[in-house]
Amino acid sequence: MSTHAAEKRGFGAVLWDYLTTVDHKKIAILYLIGGGFFFVLGGLEAMLIRIQLISPDNEFISAQFYNEVMTMHGTTMIFLAAMPLLFALMNAVVPLQIGARDVAFPFVNALGFWLFAFGGILLNLSWFVTGAPDAGWTAYAPLSIISPGHGVDFYAVGLQISGFGTLMAGINFIVTIINMRAPGMTYMRMPLFTWTTFVASILILFAFPALTVGLFEMTFDRLFGANFFKPEMGGNVIIWEHLFWIFGHPEVYILVLPAFGVFSEVIPTFSKKRLFGYSSMVFATVLIAFLGFMVWAHHMFTVGLGPIANSIFAVATMAIAVPTGIKIFNWLLTMWGGNIRITTPMLYALGFIPSFTIGGMTGVMLATAAADLQYHDSYFVVGHFHYVIVGGVVFGVLAGLTYWWPRMFGTMLDEKLGKWTFWLFFIGFHLTFFIQHFLGLMGMPRRYWKFLPDQGLDTGNLISTIGAFFMAAGAILFVWNIIITSVRNEKVSGDPWDARTLEWAIPNPTPEYNFKQIPLVRGLDPLWIEKMEGNGKMTPAEPLGDIHMPNSSFLPFMMSLGLFIAGIGVIFQVDNNSWWIVAIIGFAITLGTMFLRSIKDDLGYHIHKEDLEDKGAGVK
Amino acid sequence: MTHDDMLRSDNLPHEPEKATLEGKNKFLGFWFFLGGETVLFASLFGTYLALKNSFGGTEGVPTTELYGLELVFIMTVLLLTSSLTSVYAMYHMKNHDFKKMQLWLGVTVLLGLGFLGCEIYEFYHYVHEYHHTFTAHAFGSAFYTLVGFHGGHVVFGLLWITTLMIRNAKRGLNLYNAPKFYIASLYWHFIDVVWVFIFTVVYLMGKVA
Ligand code: HEM
Ligand SMILES: [Cu+2]
Repeated sequence: MSTHAAEKRGFGAVLWDYLTTVDHKKIAILYLIGGGFFFVLGGLEAMLIRIQLISPDNEFISAQFYNEVMTMHGTTMIFLAAMPLLFALMNAVVPLQIGARDVAFPFVNALGFWLFAFGGILLNLSWFVTGAPDAGWTAYAPLSIISPGHGVDFYAVGLQISGFGTLMAGINFIVTIINMRAPGMTYMRMPLFTWTTFVASILILFAFPALTVGLFEMTFDRLFGANFFKPEMGGNVIIWEHLFWIFGHPEVYILVLPAFGVFSEVIPTFSKKRLFGYSSMVFATVLIAFLGFMVWAHHMFTVGLGPIANSIFAVATMAIAVPTGIKIFNWLLTMWGGNIRITTPMLYALGFIPSFTIGGMTGVMLATAAADLQYHDSYFVVGHFHYVIVGGVVFGVLAGLTYWWPRMFGTMLDEKLGKWTFWLFFIGFHLTFFIQHFLGLMGMPRRYWKFLPDQGLDTGNLISTIGAFFMAAGAILFVWNIIITSVRNEKVSGDPWDARTLEWAIPNPTPEYNFKQIPLVRGLDPLWIEKMEGNGKMTPAEPLGDIHMPNSSFLPFMMSLGLFIAGIGVIFQVDNNSWWIVAIIGFAITLGTMFLRSIKDDLGYHIHKEDLEDKGAGVK
Repeated sequence: MTHDDMLRSDNLPHEPEKATLEGKNKFLGFWFFLGGETVLFASLFGTYLALKNSFGGTEGVPTTELYGLELVFIMTVLLLTSSLTSVYAMYHMKNHDFKKMQLWLGVTVLLGLGFLGCEIYEFYHYVHEYHHTFTAHAFGSAFYTLVGFHGGHVVFGLLWITTLMIRNAKRGLNLYNAPKFYIASLYWHFIDVVWVFIFTVVYLMGKVA
């Protein structure tokens, strides 16, 4: 209904709609566009890295540019591609999975997106002024403090802004999941994707503030003459490493837990069986999150924290393999004896299990503190984290997008192209990264611009680069698939996969209020229960009535724009005091819009019962 | 519920701040937000403790000589009292006595301003008498960042409460603004709790160590 209206409206009206929207379904699309854009950008950066390393002593790009590309690749992929793409899925699916009409804080949800978007744009603005950050995505001090130019300033301020956005998004999901569940949707009936979103949001809440503080300290050191990381003035560079990894390790679980959630939806659907060991899956998720906060120093084994600290962190890290193993076996046992359909999302799930397991195994190797002195900062580490990040998170995002595409857009991505994409990506991925483990063991250090000929590294690097081209081809095919699917625009039914959870109980396209009547949930996999009992549709939990909707608002955009402008002013005031004017204007815009938000009543509006009756939407 | 019901003052239930779904969401969301703020301050405390009395190659005044407990004691009394007065305000909110709520919020704001005045004086004093500045050494950076972040929170809280008081002065309490008052007061309590830790970890422990 809303999409039909959109087709008739002009471009300007649609644009304004998206700039002001507070609808989680549209915010999902915004996150998809933003995250997708940065994923392509980060991918191009990866290709530059790999082309530079295709042969020894290569002069394809300069050393300084290599450092910038390498830093921006990592930073972009983690903060601006992987997380937003997951937020796209969460926004599209979680409210529907719990039978809610909306999220708890529609306004804050929009604010979260715009903060991310403007933070990402600010970060990438650095390419055009004085060069991009060049101290690695971990930005270790003192390198990040002495790095000349403004690159690292853009890193600190850009990530600060987008980090605020992430925090907003996290709080919104926590409260949505606690307070907005439909009648009967108890915690232990929540789909696993909702569970992992919930737990990942809690991780965001408690991990991101550590990064916030670290980034503030870095900003103060670089722009305001503070001395946190300057040893000659009494500072201590290790503080940055601690703060960064207290955030950084939970961050990897923020990324991978939702991906686990996607697979826990995909595998039962295409095995026609309920998830094996549901409660142990929930337990394992929570345990991983809990342990995830106690292992950060495994990134710092070479710092010299001492044998006791190293041993404790090593053992804690290895312990995480246990709940992760529980999950792997539960997925396998879900498929065991199931009625398996090999669709594209299922292919990703099948590819994910062995790939991620390899990443987990190298993780346990790295957790062996004594051995890590050898692996640290070598290509072995690069191999490890790409096995978990690409094999886990990226496969998860691709599976999730293919699976929920009909829900988000009403159309089905082409299955044949989808399978080609998978195979190109899967083969390319293993070609690229498997060999990197051995390159690392043979002594190739990480983050080096060049390697020398005849040290046994030539062939391995060539293979790795060839693999990267396969992945690039896969990514191009995926984009192509999206284009032709949109052009064909063949609408499908509301439940094209014959699935089990609530998000598939809604007609296609999803009405703006999601559920005309809130459904009554009678167990795990509520839609499947109704199907088994021959109802085929949900029973409503309430009579038809007026529906309350939130108002759209331009303020989230303005608040974020203000911080963006202020960020630019703050970065350049070290060169020239008059940039303070810009900074003050920016802060004034942000504070002014916050003030407006506080004093202007925003009560939303109602869709009336009479208008709902003639629309065949919601629970019929 | 219609919009009129939301904005009326004569239909309030006992706990107007949690009577609507929006109110409940705000209440819960704000508690979680404070959870995040706790990690923020924990990180700042961690940094402070690591850099306390750390001057590197520079000259600096150690905590034992720097801090004067008299002023800090007065500040603590002011802020703790302001927490109490904001409790009074919330008590009157639950009994729908808007005038008294505004009164006690006003007292809260005045006490907060008093605290802020003392803090500004304190910083001024450190800078001019002891050359204890933000840029002098790592200890200075850590001290002003931790205590300054708290001070910044106080400023924001004062602006927030004042805005709410002025905005709603004419129309009184209703289901729409009750949650707003309530979470502003939660924020104020949080600031107070953080100060208790600053008082202990920074000032008291600074005096003994
Ligand atoms: C087309 C796929 C990809 C290729 C070919 C690729 C390649 C690379 C290469 C060659 C490096 C540099 C290693 C070094 O010199 O230290 C690197 C670093 C990195 N990559 Fe990827 N990558 C890909 C996808 C991803 C994705 C999807 C993510 C995250 C979601 C990611 C996250 C990272 C991170 C965090 C680093 C470390 C950056 C740093 O050291 O600062 N990569 N990648
Ligand atoms: Cu880690």
